[in-house]
Amino acid sequence: MESGLFRRALYRGSVAFAFLLMLAPVVTVVAISFFRQEIVTFPPEALTLRWYVNAWDQQEFARGFITSLEVAALATLIGVPLGTAAALALQRSSIRGKGALNALLLGPLAVPGVVAGTALYMFYLRAEFWLDRDITATLEGLVAAHVLLTIPWSVRLVSASLVGMDRSAEEAAANLGARPLTVFWRVTLPMLRPGIVAAALFSFIQSFENLELTLLLVGPGRTTLPVAMLSYLEFRMDPTLSAVATVQIVLVAALMLLTDRFVKLSRVV
Amino acid sequence: MGDLVLEALTKRYGGTVAVDGVNLEVQQGEMVALLGPSGCGKTTTLRMVAGFITPSSGNVRIAGQDVTRKPPYARDTGMVFQSYALFPHMSVGQNVAFGLEMRKVGRAERETRVMEALRLVRLDHLADRLPGQLSGGQQQRVALARALVVNPAVFLLDEPLSNLDAKLRGEVRMEIRSLQQRLGLTTLIVTHDQEEALTMADRLVVMERGRVRQVGTAEELYESPRDPFVAGFVGRCNLIEGQPEGAAGFRAKGGALLPCTNGASAAGSGAVLALRPERIALAAAEPREGAARLAAVTYLGAQTEYVVDYAGTPLVVIRATPPEGDPLRRLAPGDAVTLTWDAAAARLLPAQ
Repeated sequence: MESGLFRRALYRGSVAFAFLLMLAPVVTVVAISFFRQEIVTFPPEALTLRWYVNAWDQQEFARGFITSLEVAALATLIGVPLGTAAALALQRSSIRGKGALNALLLGPLAVPGVVAGTALYMFYLRAEFWLDRDITATLEGLVAAHVLLTIPWSVRLVSASLVGMDRSAEEAAANLGARPLTVFWRVTLPMLRPGIVAAALFSFIQSFENLELTLLLVGPGRTTLPVAMLSYLEFRMDPTLSAVATVQIVLVAALMLLTDRFVKLSRVV
Repeated sequence: MGDLVLEALTKRYGGTVAVDGVNLEVQQGEMVALLGPSGCGKTTTLRMVAGFITPSSGNVRIAGQDVTRKPPYARDTGMVFQSYALFPHMSVGQNVAFGLEMRKVGRAERETRVMEALRLVRLDHLADRLPGQLSGGQQQRVALARALVVNPAVFLLDEPLSNLDAKLRGEVRMEIRSLQQRLGLTTLIVTHDQEEALTMADRLVVMERGRVRQVGTAEELYESPRDPFVAGFVGRCNLIEGQPEGAAGFRAKGGALLPCTNGASAAGSGAVLALRPERIALAAAEPREGAARLAAVTYLGAQTEYVVDYAGTPLVVIRATPPEGDPLRRLAPGDAVTLTWDAAAARLLPAQ
């Protein structure tokens, strides 16, 4: 009895501790964004919205936000269909070298972002020379780089859905007279929908918040929000960044809640 | 509707033969069960009929037409899967309508036929539900309606009852059988459950390691099994190895001499005597040297199962549980007993 109580307390305590660890930074960032003083001290002198106003006034943030949205949306639109097709090939076809192909597709997740970013930067410079046109600091260049993030996430999540899928529904469709392409559009794809939606969501978030891979690929006038935030930090240390981060957190949370209404994310991820 | 013919149907995977020269004719309106232990090739055979597996050799004919090389969508079969295989994103009505849609049946006729099919399985009131909202038994009936609505030439059932609980299994079994008979469906059903096969099918095909061991009605298989495998697989059976001796005896390997009726050809090499446990009568006896002794008694309610050491040969005996007060009721392991059986009930089978 004694030890039962103790174990339950230990269990609840560790769960609470884990939640604390995960939520503390988020809560801190949100709280600081309302502190009035420039150098963060506790307790706050007073609460204010001036950092939000300041963030709104910074052109770099507004432009970075738009660029990040564009890049994330395009990289998701390109990466998810490619990743889905790759997952289908990996799970369903009889092509050779699946293991190597899988490793190649998931590779970008294993390479540190800064390393991949540096490699891409050097490759872009070379390509600019050959093609005689700008690639770094263009929307196309950023989207191409971020597709490297969205493809592995899509391959991973759609593969997981495919592995857990009962193939007899597809056989039943064929048995009822559906040709292979009809089976794919009417049965396979709808059954994969949760995995695809989750892939799109995670791709979007990965791209939207990416800093390391993007760092060297931006330029004046074409910067993503995370890079703009880092640049701001080089000159000033006030809660403006907390205000921007809070807006970002709210946005991502809203996106997840919205997605969860259509697809139960807990079932896919 | 039409008949189904399998001619020397064979499937090889590398060096192993999954299905080995299966010949079978299923008459128009007949229900035939493929029965056997797992890995015997029954499911592979069914899947070759549906077109999901391409045979290595041999032919499949449906209603007189050779469909061996045709893809599944071009064959006129209606299949019910073990996992039901309903489309989870479509309503019950849309599931049932799918096959009609593929056959380009007009909307009005489609709706009528879908409702008819759902009425047949008493689910017309659930047409708008999603499969996930139905019970296992209801899902199974939707799968039946979906396969039947297109009037397939051949109806295929792959272990249709194995995901249902015991009580529901009995109900759905009756339902499938009565539908099959009412609509005169040419049906092939795969099952590993002999009771299912015995109660539903007109004829049974017992398979083992890719080969057909015997084809016949339930009674034929039970009363006149052709070999020890069939005798042991359909119902329970004492299978005793040994040699026929004289005109009315069988010398078991353990040394016991058991009465039986030997055919003319029986003499010679090794053989197996098949003796059903319920054909053996059991009585208490005075203890004496060399008598049969009871080794174990298991009370099973309506029946009692005895294991008897018959001069070195173990024999299983199953009798209706004797009423209370009957001396047989007090039998315990170690007691002497006498066993008797009609010599004609002991069948001599070739050794495997």
